[in-house]
Amino acid sequence: MSPLPAPDSEHLRARYPDVFNRPVSARLATPAMIAAALAIFAFGLVDLDFSPARIWAGLHQLGWITLMMLPPDPGSSLPLYMKALGETLSIALLGTTLAAVCALPVCLLAARNIVPSRLLRFPVRRFLDAIRGVDTLIWALVWINVVGLGPFAGVLAIAVSDFGAFGKLFSEAIEAADQRQVEGIRASGGNALHEIRFGLLPQVLPVIAGQVLYFIESNTRSATIIGIVGAGGIGLQLAEQIRVLEWQKVSFLILMILVAVAAIDWISSKLRFAIIGRRAVA
Amino acid sequence: MAVSVPILPSEKLAVLSGAYRKAVARKRLHLALATGVFLAALAAASIGAEVNLRTFFVHFGNFVSYFDRILTLDSGARVWTDIAEWLWGWHKWLWMLGETILISYVGTLFGAVLAFALNFLAAENTSPARWLRFTVRRFLEFARTVPGIVFALIFVIAFGLGPMAGVLAIAIHSTGALGKLFSEIVENAEMKPVEGVRSTGASWISCMRFAVLPQVAAGYASYALLRFEINVREASVMGFVGAGGIGQELVVAIRKFYYSDVSAILLMIILAVFVIDIGTGWMRGRLFGRDART
Repeated sequence: MSPLPAPDSEHLRARYPDVFNRPVSARLATPAMIAAALAIFAFGLVDLDFSPARIWAGLHQLGWITLMMLPPDPGSSLPLYMKALGETLSIALLGTTLAAVCALPVCLLAARNIVPSRLLRFPVRRFLDAIRGVDTLIWALVWINVVGLGPFAGVLAIAVSDFGAFGKLFSEAIEAADQRQVEGIRASGGNALHEIRFGLLPQVLPVIAGQVLYFIESNTRSATIIGIVGAGGIGLQLAEQIRVLEWQKVSFLILMILVAVAAIDWISSKLRFAIIGRRAVA
Repeated sequence: MAVSVPILPSEKLAVLSGAYRKAVARKRLHLALATGVFLAALAAASIGAEVNLRTFFVHFGNFVSYFDRILTLDSGARVWTDIAEWLWGWHKWLWMLGETILISYVGTLFGAVLAFALNFLAAENTSPARWLRFTVRRFLEFARTVPGIVFALIFVIAFGLGPMAGVLAIAIHSTGALGKLFSEIVENAEMKPVEGVRSTGASWISCMRFAVLPQVAAGYASYALLRFEINVREASVMGFVGAGGIGQELVVAIRKFYYSDVSAILLMIILAVFVIDIGTGWMRGRLFGRDART
């Protein structure tokens, strides 16, 4: 067996000019981007007051806090915390449901295959975008002004901010639906409502149900924090205990949140697979 | 041409339609049961969350009038009639908005680098040891489940008030979220290149560098950009707990009822989020072709 002839580099260069003679701009693009990213990063570190001394002192302090968190201990407030956790789960469930119910009719207006007019779709979409651009915590502050402190404000805050997200996700699910079934309904003489009810909904409902379940899960997380601004749930207790430096209670509350979220995770993934089968959920 | 539709004998038909009816009845029963359970859960939840429809309807006018008020200047005119008066603090707000974006940029970069360092250890197909994978995964889960703002509350006490606490909170939360997504990309990667590299006697690190990384780098960048978008939103509320950014101004304006300031700051946040959404979408499109836009 004879060895392959050594490749003649001149020859190769002549044959693949794109590989060997890349234009300077293409060769410099990646390093330039990395350099720019690092420059912004360095500027950020300076501008945001990062200093080794501060980091060191902070880590020292953080180490102390971690030590003081052990062992987690609720003291005598366990019943109070359980009630707060129940409140949090209630906020997540109700808020998500409310958002899904309100978003269902609106998402039809934002879907390309239902409302072909760009003029009508555009404002609906921008409206949904604007709602999504505002964080749940900000909505919670607004609702506290309306219905007062307490978990009800949290429900409404989660409902409003999810309304924006659901509107977008649902309308995307509808746009991805198979148009042929709708055409079938139309061919057999159905009107526009029939098309949506029998042609579209059976296709998109499982997807929507999966997304709603996923959001209940992620809202359990959001619902734990809206208490920080006074909208009920376990976040209120957590923020209070952090402020009074009761670290053992803090770590117990964090553990409670972790367990609750893991439980909801588990339940909702079971339900999701039961509804849509073992397909990936977007 | 005549087409005849064969009709089954009636006794066979009765068996079939009976089975069909039974199947439909079972499905309906399941649906009814599930609906019942769901409604019961909702009822229990509405008691737990102290839902009070009366307060809601009595005060719903407040919600509408709140938006009416935040769109009115002190002089009583609508905000858009006097833009200069409405956005009187634009210089300061723009500066703080810049700080917010910087917080989320530095935080995302920190988080992405940490997630990058950890994700190969967490992925099923590349992790060198079982116990290592288990530990790293639990850590990522912890970092992802505890909300960023809770980390911020704790870091504000440890590192002092200011944007540094916000950056670290965002960094650790992003590590958790990105670590999971990154390791999922790695799990979907083709393993044949790894075998090829390993057969040349390469170490684990070389395997990751030359066989896995080229497959997954684009996906990493795409998720990191997406995360940056999310973090801008998150950084906008970090100021609520004293961790820097425009949230500080916003919470003061809301609590002290500086109505027109609230709408001005909200407008600036929404515009910034829009611009960043569009910017990162454009960047992802440029970097990875149109199909990478999610």
